[in-house]
Amino acid sequence: MVTGFITVLLILALIGSIYYESRLVKTEKIDAVFGDPDRAKGGVHWIIAGSSTILLLWLFFSWDIAKSFYPGSANELCQVAKVRESLVGIKYIFPIDERQLKSTSVIDRETAIINDFKKIIQNSNIHDSDKDKLISLLNETELMIITLTNEKYLESEVTNKVKNIANRLTRLKEEFVKASYPPIKSVEEENERIELLKNQTSWGETGMEIPPLPETKTGLKFDAAAKEIKLISEEFFEIKNNNSVYLVQFEKIKNGIKSFKNSLNDDQELEKEYIRQVSKIAGRLSRGKIFPPDTLDSVQQSLIDFDEVQRKEQGGIGVLDTLLFPGGTIVASGDVCSEQGPGRWLPKPSDTFKIFTKLLKPSEGYKNVPLIWYEMMGVNQVVGFITPDWIADIIPGKYPVHGSDGKVESNLKSTVLDIATGNFEAFAIPIPSGHIWDSFLRVILGLGLGIICGVPLGLFMGLSRFAAGYFDPIVELYRPVPPLAWAPLIITIFGIDNSGKIFLLFMVSFAIMVISARAGASGTQLSKIHAAHSLGASKWQILREVILPNSLPEILTGIRVAIGVCWGTLVAAEFLAGTTGIGFVENVARKYSQYEVIWITIFVMGMLGLLFDIGMRKIIKKTIPWRGKG
Amino acid sequence: MSDLVSQDLNMIFPSIKGETVHALKDVNFTLKQGELLSVLGPSGCGKTTLLNITAGFLRPTSGTISLGGKEINGPGVERGMVFQQGALFEWLTVAANVNFGLRMKKEDPVETAEKVEEWLDIVGLQGFGNTPTYQLSGGMQQRVALARCLINNPDLILMDEPLGALDALTREKMQSLILKIWKETGKTIVLITHSVEEALLLGERLFVMAPRPGRIHKEYQLPFASMGLTEDLRTIKNDKEFVSRREEILTMIWDMEEEIMGKEN
Repeated sequence: MVTGFITVLLILALIGSIYYESRLVKTEKIDAVFGDPDRAKGGVHWIIAGSSTILLLWLFFSWDIAKSFYPGSANELCQVAKVRESLVGIKYIFPIDERQLKSTSVIDRETAIINDFKKIIQNSNIHDSDKDKLISLLNETELMIITLTNEKYLESEVTNKVKNIANRLTRLKEEFVKASYPPIKSVEEENERIELLKNQTSWGETGMEIPPLPETKTGLKFDAAAKEIKLISEEFFEIKNNNSVYLVQFEKIKNGIKSFKNSLNDDQELEKEYIRQVSKIAGRLSRGKIFPPDTLDSVQQSLIDFDEVQRKEQGGIGVLDTLLFPGGTIVASGDVCSEQGPGRWLPKPSDTFKIFTKLLKPSEGYKNVPLIWYEMMGVNQVVGFITPDWIADIIPGKYPVHGSDGKVESNLKSTVLDIATGNFEAFAIPIPSGHIWDSFLRVILGLGLGIICGVPLGLFMGLSRFAAGYFDPIVELYRPVPPLAWAPLIITIFGIDNSGKIFLLFMVSFAIMVISARAGASGTQLSKIHAAHSLGASKWQILREVILPNSLPEILTGIRVAIGVCWGTLVAAEFLAGTTGIGFVENVARKYSQYEVIWITIFVMGMLGLLFDIGMRKIIKKTIPWRGKG
Repeated sequence: MSDLVSQDLNMIFPSIKGETVHALKDVNFTLKQGELLSVLGPSGCGKTTLLNITAGFLRPTSGTISLGGKEINGPGVERGMVFQQGALFEWLTVAANVNFGLRMKKEDPVETAEKVEEWLDIVGLQGFGNTPTYQLSGGMQQRVALARCLINNPDLILMDEPLGALDALTREKMQSLILKIWKETGKTIVLITHSVEEALLLGERLFVMAPRPGRIHKEYQLPFASMGLTEDLRTIKNDKEFVSRREEILTMIWDMEEEIMGKEN
């Protein structure tokens, strides 16, 4: 319902935008000449058109339009798919969708294999008498083919059975087109069917499954036909061309194989392997549904006829399938139907939105962790997390020793230790938590460390020959390595939790910050340094008041680049290991084929990346408005 | 008395090919306090080197240069500098730029704010205190640079082609401003320029330098700077003596340039 409304709205927006453009073109007296950048301005309506196109494509290719306008179509297509599926097995025997009759292709293949095999045996270093035996067995196997394809040996029982199958198919074809098909069932059966239908959920309610029980008249028709064809094909596959001559031949070959096997010693591995191959070839030929050339023609013709009729009977459903189920269709497997194609991996916007709102609920979340929420945390825990424990260790004095009365008197050192480890009473404050927050925090911490360490070193390297030379090898050696190549090592050393990922991100951002700060420092105009010198600035003042602000554009650009790289690296690192984070969510969703969740994580990552970049652009605009104007 | 005294100043740069470039050879002069010296010469005659040595950015190969009896051994506040492109700190406002020197000395911000206002008044930038410098025109930027230098109350002002990048009109206004400041403050000024006219107009004394090796080729004592304090600059420019001096110096520099070209070919 909502989807239908939105679809109409989007189409209207698209048409409206195009209409607006046509009006705009008319009112513009002089269109700017080609190449004038002004021509790219004022295209808000095209933004609307572009977004509408994306959303419409999504709605269309995820089959959400089909679902909202024709919710029953999937159920009918499911019945059609059942017929298609039931036909697949029996059709495979005939050159309908295949190029060759099954018998022909089996004979072709096995003859080639036998000929190759004979050569291999001739060239092998096994005993000549064994060679002869094997070759004669193969010759006999070849003879079997001739016996099977000879009409002279075809038994009348087989001919009758084949005729029967063809007749049943023809009858089904004739019945199928009638309005009275399928025949009316008994009242009890009909009631049972209605009862089952009541319990059937609608399309997409339980996930990707499609309601399998037929709900419409057409559906019932196809369902019944599918069942009938299954019975017919079962019977067809029971027909065997076991004429008496062939049976004698096959028995002889089996005995020959058996006696050859018995004559072998334990160490004659090659001979054993060869005889195993011979037995396999004989077995394949016996199961290969080899009939004389024209025996099955009647069945083939009636199959083709039925296929044509059922295609015609699909009528409107077929059109719906082509129009509203682009890139795939609904397939049946036994009694279950599912979507195949983009309907499977491109979740419907409506479903995605439903699951997203569910994930956003802090009580639900993903894997018991909310996407983004807050939890109450004692100030003591926060302090304990931030303050390093060694602060207590460096205070002069000794930790208290228990007295003879068994009590421990606390002193300054132990009190500081209590504070540093968070071992005290305090009120709780809300702290953000959840998958998104965890990822965010890792990026911020890794990036922050990278900036704090990278910028000073970069400035130093930009100003000093010693630093430039001394630190260049280390930075330049590890920087070109793709960050993810470090990930397995770093995770092994620092563990799968935060510290490993933060260190990885630190490495990534550190190199970028060093390089950008270095470029900034070495790009300072000498005249500015001279001016600062003659205005009486000290070295430290020049560094802080001239070189640092002068390098800010490069540093901020570096931060912007680093955020992007860190974000990408983090998600991949969370893929590798971890228990929280947006990348972790996607990885788990991948394991369980939760396509909606995968798309939601992709969306969240995109949005966060965009937010980071917009934030950085704002900061850049605020802090270095002079950039490019100095 | 803080005179600028140069004794046997020599500056030799190693060049890329392993040869040496004699940028300055045996430069001797004494500049009394309150004098305005303009330095002129073809490119490569070592005028910027002389200025950089005076500012303390370079050490001479031999010889000494001293200001008020103290040998120059590095950059210092007593020698202010104005650069060709202003070399303003574009991340600071006009006022903060002017204030830079005083802030480095950690002077009382309230007092310095008053001083900044005064100096902005003098250079004709009233009300521009909070403007970012990148929004100023070239002439205004040079005014800021002048104020920034003068607020430190230096004994000597070094100007490295300060008006080189300005258009003709602005240039004329700035020339008057420099003369005005020279008169009002009585500072010693060394001005390097490419323009013969400017050198004649502003220079109380004028050195014409010659290249290879860089040396003082000829020295003039000129009346025009003093005249410029009272008369219109354009009238001076049409003065007969001015015109003949200009032609004389132009010919001299042309000859030098041709000599260089001849040497090279």
